Amino acid sequence: MTRSNTKTSRQEGSGQDFKESVSNRYRLDRAFTWLVTGASLVGVVVLALLLIDVVKDGSSMLSLEFLTSFPSQVFPENGGIYPALIGSLWLLGLTGLISVPLGLGAAVYLEEYAQDTRINRMIEINISNLAGVPSVIYGLLGLGIFVELLAPVTGGGSVLTGALTLSLLILPVIIVATREALRAIPDSIREGGYALGATQWEVIWSHLLPRALPGALTGIILALSRAVGEAAPILIVGVSLYQTYITRSPFDGYMALPTQIYDWISRPQEVFQNSAAAGIVVAMVVLLLANSFAIWLRSRYQQRS
Amino acid sequence: MDTEKAREEQGLSGVSKDQREVRQRDEAALPGEAPTLGMKIEDLSAFYGSFKAVTDVSIDIQANKVTALIGPSGCGKSTFIRCLNRLHEVIPGARAEGHVMLGDQDIYAKTSDPVNIRRRIGMVFQKPNPFSKSIYENVAWGARINGYRGNMDELVERSLKHAALWDEVKDRLKESGHGLSGGQQQRLCIARTLAVEPEVILMDEPASALDPVSTQKIEDTMEQLKQEYTVVIVTHNMQQAARIADYTGFFFIENMGDPGRLWEFDETEKMFSNPDRKETEDYVTGRFG
Repeated sequence: MTRSNTKTSRQEGSGQDFKESVSNRYRLDRAFTWLVTGASLVGVVVLALLLIDVVKDGSSMLSLEFLTSFPSQVFPENGGIYPALIGSLWLLGLTGLISVPLGLGAAVYLEEYAQDTRINRMIEINISNLAGVPSVIYGLLGLGIFVELLAPVTGGGSVLTGALTLSLLILPVIIVATREALRAIPDSIREGGYALGATQWEVIWSHLLPRALPGALTGIILALSRAVGEAAPILIVGVSLYQTYITRSPFDGYMALPTQIYDWISRPQEVFQNSAAAGIVVAMVVLLLANSFAIWLRSRYQQRS
Repeated sequence: MDTEKAREEQGLSGVSKDQREVRQRDEAALPGEAPTLGMKIEDLSAFYGSFKAVTDVSIDIQANKVTALIGPSGCGKSTFIRCLNRLHEVIPGARAEGHVMLGDQDIYAKTSDPVNIRRRIGMVFQKPNPFSKSIYENVAWGARINGYRGNMDELVERSLKHAALWDEVKDRLKESGHGLSGGQQQRLCIARTLAVEPEVILMDEPASALDPVSTQKIEDTMEQLKQEYTVVIVTHNMQQAARIADYTGFFFIENMGDPGRLWEFDETEKMFSNPDRKETEDYVTGRFG
């Protein structure tokens, strides 16, 4: 080969095969950046508008009396959200107590103990599917099992039944989030534990669960927030739309924030509309407080690892 | 139930109630009360599913000596060493056949408890893997779950001193194990292995991820360790094997896809100066590998 025949690629094109002007490409780059920023702003703006609208309408009704009074049809200006607030707090607490251990346990079993068989793979697929089932269906399931079949145990349409139904609803979300968190832990941690003469459970309890907790808590936060906001399933399993007493035991009846808001909003008078707006504000504050607690818990565990 | 059976096969579920006497006999063999044990491996083969990774290895591991296993990549050294503390079978579908004697007990016998075996035969891994806990807890955890009833502070200090790490961490025992350098993390892993008072310490390329200074410290530690323990080390670094090992075994495969086998095993001096087999000589003189 003579030297003249072999040109390097730099000599061959001498840069002229490439477009000199980059400005069009920068323009596209900037346009795309604006586009994605706009997309995220849409969500933020909508939320802000919602909040402003709701606070504006509800401000006339928001007060300490509102939080501590029963709803009233006769004197709606003096009506309040007290029983619904207590009922929703009961639901939040009981649902958390039931679904979190069950969800964590199921995720640990599926991720650490179960063999990779066809049956278990099918279970995995179906759990993800369950997360997409309309919540009304869970209400029907709860009606059949907890209200009717297990009436002697649950007391029929009690807050316990509501919590059990909501637990079924959010269990798939918790399981999936926890499994992802467990999967993210490298095997070297497990091996390190086994190599010291530990049983499988000791490794899971001491090392895997604490490390998986931040990720699992993210799923739990999302799941419980959804549960507190659900109206359809608890309507089917017997939430009260009016009660003269406050829920004091898991076997009592209950009211709930989403259904109370729904009740008020379906009445045309302005006072009820304002009450509904105030109720929405209360519901958001409850969720914010619950989420903040869970986020604080998560950051504590994240710091440790 | 299927899960239980699978866990037994994987060596994860420990022993049933009837086998508790065997566990008590195991517990009796503490280093302070009896001389350190060596190991005798007979016809050990290891499988991943249907693939045979290691075939028919027979080897005598002398007590209170360092035995190095060398050989090119993919010859089954790591697989083999993981069979020695029954960690290999934790991988789903993996199994080992043959006999591995710790003293006079076959660790693969039906009556042997894999969880207890792993306490008595400790392992340090290639990439340091400290737990996400404080330095103190890293060392104490293994001892605690194995029911250690003595003074934990003393045990932690003793183990860290043995691993040549005490001076560097004694003022920050409550800090996370992850805050240490690579070499320190590896010595922490050695310390936690020592805390459960094993008889044999297995090391799978313990210094290959570390800088030369840390490597030197680890090698010095191994010199100290062999006085009280039996040490087996897999290493890619032939000079390291020549420096610290009393005995050396050479693993080799002839063709791709063959199972690895022990090609030659002898005192280190002989292996590096005058080996019997050609492949050994080619490897230690650097003609391949």
